[in-house]
Amino acid sequence: MIDSRRKYKLHNSQTAVYEQFDDRTQQHEASSLGMWIFLATEIMFFGAVFTAYTIYRNLFTTAFEAGSHLLNTPVGAFNTVVLIGSSLTMALAVHAAQKGKRKQLMAYLVSTMCLGSVFLFVKFVLEWMHEYKDGLAPGLHWTYAGPQSGHVAMFFCFYFILTGIHATHMIVGEGIMVVLLYMAWKGRFSTERYNPIEMFGLYWHFVDIVWIFLFPLLYLLGAHF
Amino acid sequence: MSSAEVAIEPRIHYLNVDYSIKSWLLTTDHKRIAWLYLMSITFFFTIGGLAATLMRLNLLEPQGLLVEPETYNKLFSIHGIIMVFLFLVPSIPAVLGNFLLPIMLGARDVAFPRLNLLSWYIFMTGGSLVIYAVIAGGVDTGWTFYTPLSSLYLNTHVMAAAGGVFIAGFSSILTGLNFVVTIHKMRAPGLTWFRLPLFVWSMYAASIIFIIGTPVIAISLALIVIEHFFHVGLFDPALGGDPVLFQHLFWFYSHPAVYVMVLPSMGVISELITAFSKKKIFGYHFVAFSSIAIAAIGFLVWGHHMFVSSQSVYAGLVFSALSMAVAIPSAIKVFNWTATLYKGSISYEAPMLYALGFIGLFTIGGLTGLYLASIGVDQHVHDTYFVIAHFHYIMVGGAVMGYLGGIHYWWPKMTGRLYPDGWARVSAIIIFIGFNLTFFPQFILGYLGMPRRYAVYPAEFHTLNVVSTAGASILGLGYVIPLIYLAWSARYGPIAGPNPWKATGLEWTTTSPPPTHNFEETPVVTEEPYGYDRLAEEIQVA
Ligand code: HEM
Ligand SMILES: [Cu+2]
Repeated sequence: MIDSRRKYKLHNSQTAVYEQFDDRTQQHEASSLGMWIFLATEIMFFGAVFTAYTIYRNLFTTAFEAGSHLLNTPVGAFNTVVLIGSSLTMALAVHAAQKGKRKQLMAYLVSTMCLGSVFLFVKFVLEWMHEYKDGLAPGLHWTYAGPQSGHVAMFFCFYFILTGIHATHMIVGEGIMVVLLYMAWKGRFSTERYNPIEMFGLYWHFVDIVWIFLFPLLYLLGAHF
Repeated sequence: MSSAEVAIEPRIHYLNVDYSIKSWLLTTDHKRIAWLYLMSITFFFTIGGLAATLMRLNLLEPQGLLVEPETYNKLFSIHGIIMVFLFLVPSIPAVLGNFLLPIMLGARDVAFPRLNLLSWYIFMTGGSLVIYAVIAGGVDTGWTFYTPLSSLYLNTHVMAAAGGVFIAGFSSILTGLNFVVTIHKMRAPGLTWFRLPLFVWSMYAASIIFIIGTPVIAISLALIVIEHFFHVGLFDPALGGDPVLFQHLFWFYSHPAVYVMVLPSMGVISELITAFSKKKIFGYHFVAFSSIAIAAIGFLVWGHHMFVSSQSVYAGLVFSALSMAVAIPSAIKVFNWTATLYKGSISYEAPMLYALGFIGLFTIGGLTGLYLASIGVDQHVHDTYFVIAHFHYIMVGGAVMGYLGGIHYWWPKMTGRLYPDGWARVSAIIIFIGFNLTFFPQFILGYLGMPRRYAVYPAEFHTLNVVSTAGASILGLGYVIPLIYLAWSARYGPIAGPNPWKATGLEWTTTSPPPTHNFEETPVVTEEPYGYDRLAEEIQVA
């Protein structure tokens, strides 16, 4: 059953292949598959809340629409554009990493971080703070006195949960980018080794895509222009 | 087994490469991580078992022997939470799966060893939080955390426990992810999908459930916490929310989770049955695919826990029919095991006794599951001891028997040493007897109408409860004996040699205990698994 056709290649930690793998291809395939599976778990994670949202939106359509109207759609639209821009710079960063262009990689990473920060800033200061001040934060400060106040509150619950989880993902992403930027600065990436950048790119695109679903679901459904 | 007891020259293996505490706590070796899990879940099992002991003692008298009803609530909650989330779910995947998966694949380690270590730390963080919740005052919601009890009316440390389970969930997710990638990408040359051991197939199926199901319970528990701290109405009827929605989300995970408990166990049983009847497994492909089928259908049946909630009759019918459909792949397995046993040269070693015990208990548990899946019967026995008996037959009779059988089977591989055979067989038999004495009376109790989760009960149920408690003491004894002789064997047991059972499978081709990288040279696989037929022919020719 066993023969000795393959001997261990012993690697030390300096080379680009971890010791449990035979070669770079195997390592690369393993980490991509791992990342895709991770994203599948993320879909299930958001999916449960999306499902709950959809159910309640069907039950309380008018209240949820009233809630939608209270959101700041232009600001949301602005943020959508910002985020799509960050996806673009991230894609360019991956490209630069594959080409081994260290300066470009760093520049694109910094741009992605900046755009991400703009998004978070806008979200926090121009949206959440305002909604809080306007008494639209259920459980914390709720003064909305229109019809169906309770069900509108439920809409805002979902709004804060969904955008909150999304923002948490972005903050985590910003943290990882700091590390990646440091590694790039130290010259840890090359045409041989750019896997972490590529995997992070997938993550960042995923976070953007979630927003692409959130924006119409929360801001646009039932909107009158 | 005497030929196996030859003295081997001192050599370096995964256990003796380094003795420092640090080398254990920072290890990335999947075999050492398996030991970390083994230690921790044994600890959790002990706590859960103590709670069960107190419950059973309390039920010795109809008016309750020991504790106040409120304390009883906390006991069954903590018993359930610990047993399910901290023992059953991680038991076989995290211990045997971690130890064996890479070896069975001919790999040096799992695909992401550091992630693997991280999973254990996450698990311990979650577990500690649950233990904190117990010490700080207990939890009274039951392991199901049903709203609004858990979100609005709670008066104890539900948030800590829910947070602990939430965190421990990420350990499952990461383990599942690691296993799927390892199975896809790390197989030795020649190890095609249909040459994989059936244990690997069952790990694959369980990993899928980890990956798809666990995030859903994680977010549901997070929603409870949000609901509690922000007083918002997701599940609160007064605010337009629906408590049943939580049940849907909860059971979407927790029904498949029972397959996380029992599928790995079935994988173990498949290995044991072939190894100890010295016969190729009957219908390899059916057994392999039935694991995947169980995992898949398992996601479509959660509604059978909610027949008596507000669910519509039509939904109930669909869930009822689908639930019965799960019986088909399960029955396929049982039939294939039986067919494998037929005309096999069976030897009744301790692991085999566990395997045979499994088949009996799992069959009873599974058949009573069909009762519960029939809406009419469920209306009658819902939330009675019938349900308790049913799920203990599946989870304790199924999952724990498989776990113990697997531990005994692979113990010589893990430690390089043998355990006293007689003691092992005796305790397997004690467990089987104690188990039936504990839980069979509960079927009758439930059928007669004794509800679950009560600290007191009408006097007419007294006798059966006494029998059940007596059985539980026997069962408890059965669990303690292996603890003693296995601990003894790890240090003083006779040397086992690489293949004490004369079994097939890559894990038996490497030394016991295996070297750090599992094999001296990467194996190349050239044939189907379970080549016992060929082995037998060779013996006859010789
Ligand atoms: C000595 C063995 C055991 C005894 C005597 C025992 C006894 C009990 C009792 C009396 C209950 C409470 C029933 C109720 O009123 O709801 C219970 C519930 C439960 N047991 Fe066990 N048990 C044992 C072992 C186990 C094991 C090994 C597991 C899992 C590995 C387990 C899992 C559970 C679960 C999940 C519940 C449900 C808790 C709940 O309803 O909240 N039990 N058990
Ligand atoms: Cu179920």
